[in-house]
Amino acid sequence: MTPLAVVLLAAGTYAFRVCGPVLHRRIELSSRVRGMLSVAATVLLCALVATSALTAGHAFAGWARPAGVLVGGVLAARQAPFLVAVIAAVITTAVLRRLGLS
Amino acid sequence: MFIITAVRSFWRTVGRGTRAARPPGPALDRRLLRDIGLVCLADGVVGVSFGAIAVSGGQAAWVPLAMSTGVFAGGAQFAALSIVLGGGGLAAAVLAGLVLNARLLPFGFAVADVLDLRWPARLAVSHLLVDESVAFALAQRDPGRRRAAFLTCGALLFVAWNLGTVAGVLAGRAVGSPSALGLDAASPMVLLALALPALREPRTRRAALLGAAIALAAAPFLPGGLPVLVALLGLVAAGGPGRGGQPGRRRPGAGGRP
Repeated sequence: MTPLAVVLLAAGTYAFRVCGPVLHRRIELSSRVRGMLSVAATVLLCALVATSALTAGHAFAGWARPAGVLVGGVLAARQAPFLVAVIAAVITTAVLRRLGLS
Repeated sequence: MFIITAVRSFWRTVGRGTRAARPPGPALDRRLLRDIGLVCLADGVVGVSFGAIAVSGGQAAWVPLAMSTGVFAGGAQFAALSIVLGGGGLAAAVLAGLVLNARLLPFGFAVADVLDLRWPARLAVSHLLVDESVAFALAQRDPGRRRAAFLTCGALLFVAWNLGTVAGVLAGRAVGSPSALGLDAASPMVLLALALPALREPRTRRAALLGAAIALAAAPFLPGGLPVLVALLGLVAAGGPGRGGQPGRRRPGAGGRP
């Protein structure tokens, strides 16, 4: 990341934050806009999960990482605490690599 | 930022249009403080992993530190970082982070009454607007309490998140190979945990699966970071932005519920 990239991300994020507190007397956000923003965030998250779990550059990342994410994902879906799921994913991946799986 | 249950209860609260009715009293305050403390602790640990992953991935120490103070939004920070560490462009990383943080826009409207302070204070505490502070604020009935919950949670979280990041930066320098420790599985896992609650909704799930498929199909061809942005095409599966749709047609689109 360059300083400019960090500043742009920070400034844009602050703009999203400050809109409501500043403009709420003048503007009302339609439920349609709210819905689209929340679906867009989920779509982006899932695309990131898929690409960052399965790919490295333009190629397959190997089995260890997606296997770890799968284990953590199953735990999270079964209501395991957030940290437990993340730690399980990391440990699974590390152990699989230790066992010789890329 | 991260606490899924808090965010979930936030949506539940909003969905019902009611506030959680708890009896007032000092016991509540202690319980509330304890809950906020637990959330801060958990996020602090995630902050450690953020700092460690960034530094061991080759980023300069100021990058995670500046992001944690200036951006202060875990999901967007992990998203931008994983795009950059995956070889993606900076523009894509910033854009992805901003799309994720666009959800803070409706959150800001949801707690705007709590933030009706003098201008300098209003502008300053707006920075503390994250999923958790909004969730804790909306769970309170009394306006004064809502403000106290928002400010307490936001401020403590800011401290915990940044202390965690500092610790992670220090630890990350000691970590030799992040992949041997399986640290590369942490980012996708954090993002997955963030996405899971919303995936219960069928329309969102369809859009997300389509988007993920598009991103994976594009990954071998497009420069890093772009596949994720192209995935937003998956939104058409959620009813699309409504452009050019037939006006008379019933569109139970995303967020169509009152």
